[in-house]
Amino acid sequence: MSTDAVNTEAVVLRGRGATAGRALLRSPGALTGLALIAGLFVLAYAGPYMTNWNYTDIDYTALRSAPGARHWMGTSRIGQDVFAQTVRGLQKSLLIGALVALASTALGAAFGTCAGYFGGWVDRMLMFVVDLMLVIPGFLLLVLLVPRLRGLGWPAFAGLLAALGWMITARAVRIMTLSLRERPFVAAAQHMGVGPFRIIVRHVLPHLASFLITDATVAVAAAVISETGLSYFGFGVQPPDVSLGTLIASGSDVALTCPWMFFFPAGLLLLFVLAVHLAGDALRDILDLGSDRAGSLR
Amino acid sequence: MVGRLSKRLAHGALLLLFAVFLSYVISSAALSPRAYFEDRQPRPSAATVDHELALLGTDDRTPVLERFGHWSWRAVHGDLGRTVDGGSVNAEFGRRIGVSTRLLLVGTLVGTGLGVLAGLWAAVRRHRLPDRALTVFSFLVLSVPTFVLALLFKEGALWFNQSAGHTVIRYTGERTPGLTGSLATHLKDRAAHLALPAATVALGAVASYSRYQRGATLDVLGSDHLRTAQAKGLTPGRALLRHGLRTSLIPLTTFFSFGFLTLFTGAVFTEEIFGWPGMGSWFMDSAQKGDINSVVAVNLFAAVTVLLAGFVADVLHAVLDPRVRTR
Amino acid sequence: MTAAKVLDVEDLHVSYAGSSRTPLPVVRGVGFSLRRGEVLGLVGESGAGKTATALALLGLLPPGARVSGSVRLLGTELVGLPVRDLARLRGRRIAMVFQDPLAAFNPAQHIGDQIAEALRIHQRPQSARELARGRARELLEGVGVPDPSRIARSYPHELSGGLRQRAMIAMAIANDPDVIVADEPTSALDATVQAQVLDALENARRATGAALLLVSHDLGVIAGAADRVAVMYAGRIVETAPVDALFARPRMPYTLGLLGSVPRLDAAVALTPIPGGPPAPGSAGPGCSFAPRCPLATEACRAGEPEPAGSEGHLAACVRQDALAGRAAADLFPASAPLRRTSPGGAPLLRVAGLTKSFPLPGSSGFRLRRKPAEVRLALEGVDLEVRRGETVALVGESGSGKTSTLMEIIALGAPESGTVEIAGYDTSVLSRADARRLRGSVQILVQDPMASLDPRMRVADIVAEPLHAQRVPKETIAARVPELLRRVGLDVQDAERRPHQFSGGQRQRIALARALAVRPELLLLDEPVSALDVSVQAGILDLLRRLRDERGPACLFVTHDLAVVRQIADRVVVMYGGRTVESGPVTDVFGSPRHPYTRALLSAVPLPDPAAERARARIVLPGEPPGAGERSTGCRFRGRCAVYTALGEERRRCERETPATNGAGPPGEHTSACHFPYDAKGVPARLRPEPEEHPPVR
Repeated sequence: MSTDAVNTEAVVLRGRGATAGRALLRSPGALTGLALIAGLFVLAYAGPYMTNWNYTDIDYTALRSAPGARHWMGTSRIGQDVFAQTVRGLQKSLLIGALVALASTALGAAFGTCAGYFGGWVDRMLMFVVDLMLVIPGFLLLVLLVPRLRGLGWPAFAGLLAALGWMITARAVRIMTLSLRERPFVAAAQHMGVGPFRIIVRHVLPHLASFLITDATVAVAAAVISETGLSYFGFGVQPPDVSLGTLIASGSDVALTCPWMFFFPAGLLLLFVLAVHLAGDALRDILDLGSDRAGSLR
Repeated sequence: MVGRLSKRLAHGALLLLFAVFLSYVISSAALSPRAYFEDRQPRPSAATVDHELALLGTDDRTPVLERFGHWSWRAVHGDLGRTVDGGSVNAEFGRRIGVSTRLLLVGTLVGTGLGVLAGLWAAVRRHRLPDRALTVFSFLVLSVPTFVLALLFKEGALWFNQSAGHTVIRYTGERTPGLTGSLATHLKDRAAHLALPAATVALGAVASYSRYQRGATLDVLGSDHLRTAQAKGLTPGRALLRHGLRTSLIPLTTFFSFGFLTLFTGAVFTEEIFGWPGMGSWFMDSAQKGDINSVVAVNLFAAVTVLLAGFVADVLHAVLDPRVRTR
Repeated sequence: MTAAKVLDVEDLHVSYAGSSRTPLPVVRGVGFSLRRGEVLGLVGESGAGKTATALALLGLLPPGARVSGSVRLLGTELVGLPVRDLARLRGRRIAMVFQDPLAAFNPAQHIGDQIAEALRIHQRPQSARELARGRARELLEGVGVPDPSRIARSYPHELSGGLRQRAMIAMAIANDPDVIVADEPTSALDATVQAQVLDALENARRATGAALLLVSHDLGVIAGAADRVAVMYAGRIVETAPVDALFARPRMPYTLGLLGSVPRLDAAVALTPIPGGPPAPGSAGPGCSFAPRCPLATEACRAGEPEPAGSEGHLAACVRQDALAGRAAADLFPASAPLRRTSPGGAPLLRVAGLTKSFPLPGSSGFRLRRKPAEVRLALEGVDLEVRRGETVALVGESGSGKTSTLMEIIALGAPESGTVEIAGYDTSVLSRADARRLRGSVQILVQDPMASLDPRMRVADIVAEPLHAQRVPKETIAARVPELLRRVGLDVQDAERRPHQFSGGQRQRIALARALAVRPELLLLDEPVSALDVSVQAGILDLLRRLRDERGPACLFVTHDLAVVRQIADRVVVMYGGRTVESGPVTDVFGSPRHPYTRALLSAVPLPDPAAERARARIVLPGEPPGAGERSTGCRFRGRCAVYTALGEERRRCERETPATNGAGPPGEHTSACHFPYDAKGVPARLRPEPEEHPPVR
């Protein structure tokens, strides 16, 4: 009835994919964020080939040496090359972060759509599990469980992070599924006799795609933060392997005397999370979403 | 409304029950107090270890359900058991609960209060300097993990104190041990110790709440009822103050319970880094020692506070929004 | 007209910021004036710029909108006035009634306080809060709100749409404004409630002596309420005239087409849908913006935008006014096929008897082992209806009467709570899996909002093919059938590759119809299929539905609140009230001599798009609100609003104790009603005289 309605309609009318692509290119935040993320991934995986030092090598001639030509980021107190260690740590942190984000978003999407679509007792059971898992902060459970899984290495650690990080996504997805379920096109498919899982795949998930993309992006940052935090306290990645968290832990008490040992890993961590937030926020604006992955582990 | 809230309370009690059970089972499976005793120097005899474990009620030869039964029987009578070092969990709980609660409370209040105000300000000054500055600030803060923030504060204080030549900023402990003086001296001392940890915990909250409040306010600014308020003759500013503020706070209540989870985790880090003898550092110590009873006690504390935060959010929602109050 | 001008609008332009930074003009040079006590109806279809015009008068357009031109209120120029000065005039000299009162009220404040605030804002010094509240209650009473004290203490969500809108009117007149702007004040309301609200608006206007700008898309409402009418098209006023002259002798082809496409309650007529659609904002011109759709357009029309011209206050922005003289709509636009009613001889396809349905009360869900029987609301309390092959049956009633619930129970193909649903001889409560699948294909549904019912991410071809896939139809058959279906509903075969958002509302409804017809259903359920569409588009869809019938298409069960549409499309009609069937029969019989008092009231509430007839006819304004779903009741659910019941003596006990059964039972399809004291064919209620009091016509 109103011209406003016509206007907003006109905005929705554009091909969504193409519009999103153009908006992405126009948004400086998204471009900077995505470029930074890509750059850090390149650094993490190409970095080890750029230096002659391996992250386990020890240079007995240079203990606690400041950054220079021989050691770009200086050395640690036992003579390890900080650059080699940092890129290795970055690699581990990013890998874990990306895997955890993917897995937890997928889990959240699966549980959330099922709870929202089927409703009734399925919904109640799933939401009870979600509530239960939210009642005890995931970090506490991680502190308890990670040492037990130490023998299985970092994949088990990553799995655990994902298993404890999907609940808020599931809640958000459930709410959206509830409203999608009321949308006439879903009802239309039901009346036609289309099966429930086919409806979820064909009519529900495509509409959540933009949320899930944004959610997964922000979840990478959340997972990296969780991982480094746990590793900092000694519950995460174990020596001789390194992550940004263990490096920050070993560098923190000499932050004033040997700042390179603390500020390089901490700075990269900060840069990565900042980049993800920039990209995530711009993505959310572009894909027009109001919600956030509010309760990510920090 | 009372019915709705009491239903929520009942739901919360059920969740608490399950959460305690789960945390007991997980702790029992994950922790090994036996290893802790066996690692003692000199190594105690097997019989001594068994005896100690039996005293604690954490003998791994007894089925876990039976152990949980004993534990919960004592728990409902107000006894949370003994720590591995032989102390009373209740006593330790009592010592630490005040410390943690103070940090959580100050963090929550300062975080939500400042966050809401900042978000409101940013929304009203949208796309102008205050808004942009706040956006940059919150992005930076949200990008620093809490433990890095705590470390930065700590190192910053250390550097500052070194430069100043004497202790200006307190960064360890929750009070100066052995301090004598009047109540005012004690309060000042506590406040000085509280400043940095509270800032650590609150800063993240300020950043995220300000983002949410900004968004919620912008939504309200475009709403029909604010337009009606202007049609009645209110200026845009007064319309927002009288009709927009309350409605913009409604979506925030939902965020409050999730936000508290983040805050709680942040507080654990903060306690550990600043050496506060609170629940968080107790948990870390106990987890390393395999102290099941203490770990379960902390989990109980966590579950109760998280549920309480959720309940507070529900009450606030019902107070702010008459639509959720069912007659 | 000698009264003083209170509002003078000249060359008003409004543009919104477009997506690509070029401003989109939505109002392009609108001018009109309002005299004290006058009602100007501003009429037009979606996107014509009505709402933007209304908002621009009060300076309430969203940020980013650009306004130029002149709006003078009692001599004060409002365009460009500082916000502070504007605020002093808003609500005091010029007030507004918004379209959606639920969203327009603050959800977290009592209604009375919001009205009181409107008073106190403009008082210097402010009166005591209690005093203002008392005045608010008086204002509520003035607009005919029952129990004003209770309403004043209610929150907006606790009230019905009609009460909310009347409260909105009370708020608008709180300070005796000189001008009231009402933007689609009744478009979200039922016809019976619409009558109440229009009455309230008229009384409020009389009491304050204000001028009223009534914005509406509903020509019936305009015909009954306005003194003068301005027709908007593509951001301009294309014709303005005294109401009688405009309806009798329109001088602009668009107005003529618009009038011709309005369905009427009093007769089944050939409708004239206007082909094409209005130009998108920013793409109008250079000539007359209606020229692309106008059968009379010449080169002169396309050369430049015509200026309003004419005499006796009847102006039209059209250079072909002379060519229009004496022509009817059907002479210009392709008229739809006349309605051929089928003889009621087909075999029964759908039979619903004694159907009930209840919902749990909100808030009673959650963990609960036993559900207390009291905690349900009855949505359906006893629905009886029958649809035979080849016929179209309309299901009518106010919102909340259970029309849609009935459709949902039918399409569910499950066991109803009680009662029976029989489709093509199958009782749905005892269906085998195979039969259920077969029935799924033979019953299809078309819903109100075509945009919402089409998955925006799918291509039209996939949308239309979806029910065929669900019925496991082979791929080759589907590929062959999709283009055929698109042609059948009047779409291009090339449209198969496009997505729903690339179509207009009417075309989307055609896509939805193609999808429903894909599996060659025997029964088509239609839930308000045209009520979201503009009249000129609606006429096209109604025409399409009529032609489907003539091609021996599916039998239709057509749910609508619009009785004029029923007249155009249906063979028989079933009237529902409070979850029960209260009257049914052939459309001509039921509309000609309604037996149930409710049906009479319902019919009388429909405004006629004809000022003379609208003024002449008697209107029964129903007191009270339509009932929502409620608890199980005894007796007649309508008695609280029933004029017959009010006039009865001792006999009214029967209405209180006995639930009226369907009487007048003869062969199926005959005229029946469920009333203890029905009206007879002469319009006289049995055992009751004199005639129950009917309100005099409003104007």
